[in-house]
Amino acid sequence: MDTLLEARHVSYSYHSLSGETPALSDISFSVEEGSFLALVGPSGCGKSTLLSLLAALMEPESGTITIQGRPASEYRGKIGYMLQKDHLFEWRTIWKNVTLGLEIQKRMTRENLARTEQMMRDYGLWEFRDARPSELSGGMRQRAALIRTLAPDPGLLLLDEPFSALDYQTRLNVCDDVCQIIKKERKTAILVTHDLSEAISAADRVLVLGRRPARIRLDLPLSFADSSLTPMERRQAPEFREYFNLIWKELNADEDRDRN
Amino acid sequence: MKTETGTDTLQEVFVRNHRRHHRLVALCRFFCFFSFLAVWELCADLDLINSFIFSSPSRIAQTILLMGRDGSLLLHTGVTLMEILISFALVAAVSLITATFLWYSRTLSEILEPWLVILNSLPKSALAPLLIVWLGSGMRTIVVAGMSVALFGSIISVYTAFRETDDEKIRLIRTLGGNQIQVLRCVVFPESLPAVISILKVNIGLCLVGVIIGEFLSARRGLGYLIIYASQVFKLNYLIAALIILCVIAFGLYQIIAKLEHKVRKNRQAQP
Repeated sequence: MDTLLEARHVSYSYHSLSGETPALSDISFSVEEGSFLALVGPSGCGKSTLLSLLAALMEPESGTITIQGRPASEYRGKIGYMLQKDHLFEWRTIWKNVTLGLEIQKRMTRENLARTEQMMRDYGLWEFRDARPSELSGGMRQRAALIRTLAPDPGLLLLDEPFSALDYQTRLNVCDDVCQIIKKERKTAILVTHDLSEAISAADRVLVLGRRPARIRLDLPLSFADSSLTPMERRQAPEFREYFNLIWKELNADEDRDRN
Repeated sequence: MKTETGTDTLQEVFVRNHRRHHRLVALCRFFCFFSFLAVWELCADLDLINSFIFSSPSRIAQTILLMGRDGSLLLHTGVTLMEILISFALVAAVSLITATFLWYSRTLSEILEPWLVILNSLPKSALAPLLIVWLGSGMRTIVVAGMSVALFGSIISVYTAFRETDDEKIRLIRTLGGNQIQVLRCVVFPESLPAVISILKVNIGLCLVGVIIGEFLSARRGLGYLIIYASQVFKLNYLIAALIILCVIAFGLYQIIAKLEHKVRKNRQAQP
């Protein structure tokens, strides 16, 4: 498989008058085309900063990020970014919300709209195309947000804790839904989360980040005996527990070092 | 009385009580209004108050009819209404445009902030004599006087409403590849629309105040002129008639914007 994204020695610090706060230090990794990578780490460790850099919303202070061998900034607009909340606009119908990206990028072509319509039909939202976001359940809203992200046909999906605003039961269901949609649409995805089980159940590779300033502590490819498991089914698989313990230990080792 | 299901009756009772409450409020309002008029009229007729100074409802009604017949009602009301609407439209346009620029450039807003605060806290009626000297006495002066009362506060409020846009929503537009103009069009304007309409509701009242101040000082037509003229020649029937027409104008304009606000909010609100 080809390498889609490559980060080399990326560092980033936040500046204020009271001083400098390093957020990321010397992060290097690469992502294969079609793979699903999860980034886990304690909250506030700089995961979201890393995503912002990958999405070229900010420039790294040092190091480079390349996508298909070119600077990430040239790839902007071809990256789908899913935020914690769905942020569906109440003043637009679901259809108008879902096509927002196409509208902004001035790509309301017939085939783009047809593809979006097909996704709406496939994922049970077509009947709600004229509804307002507030009429939808939390899970449906998150699905609508995903279709909005997928509508411009992005080459890379960045998911910034997309399920953390949902209650536990919805969260498991939506995670299942979203992961299957991503698989079906054959997208490359990077999921940021502080939930270990979510990372292990969804991804095929986990990067563990340490406390701030974040560096990569563990790069763990996941392989399950049955590769067709859904995230929900993976939680029952024997490998799940092993991976969980491994990552848990790594994260806690970090805590212990801090304490001593 | 009993129906098949108990819940239905409770619902009916609730609706009945609700309607009864509203009828009561409406009835009491009318009662207050008419008894006030009746007491006033009676006191004037029985010479308990000096009807030359305090006038009376029947005299005011006659005056309004008289003014309606000789065309002066339409003239004065029309002039004042037009001045209010022009200054209101200008305030709305200028404050929206200025607030957009302030939102667009953080530096510009920091530079202009003290000026806006000072201009806003200045008592605007103090500006009116200056405006007459600068702009002469005419409709232009009155429109500017009307604007001066509302404009600076309006700019500050609209800018604040723009600033309060959810950063995450702005981030969403950026991640979809949008630039600043698209952020404005897709998030900032629609999200602050209800707040902007509330600001307009306040503005229309302020424009009315400004226009009347302007007319007090330099006008040959308009309700403000009528009030000053009537007080100088002791035609109190005219003065109070003008005040009542002003009340009607203020109420009417406010209601129009309140209707608009209601419509926007209903469009936004979650369906029950």
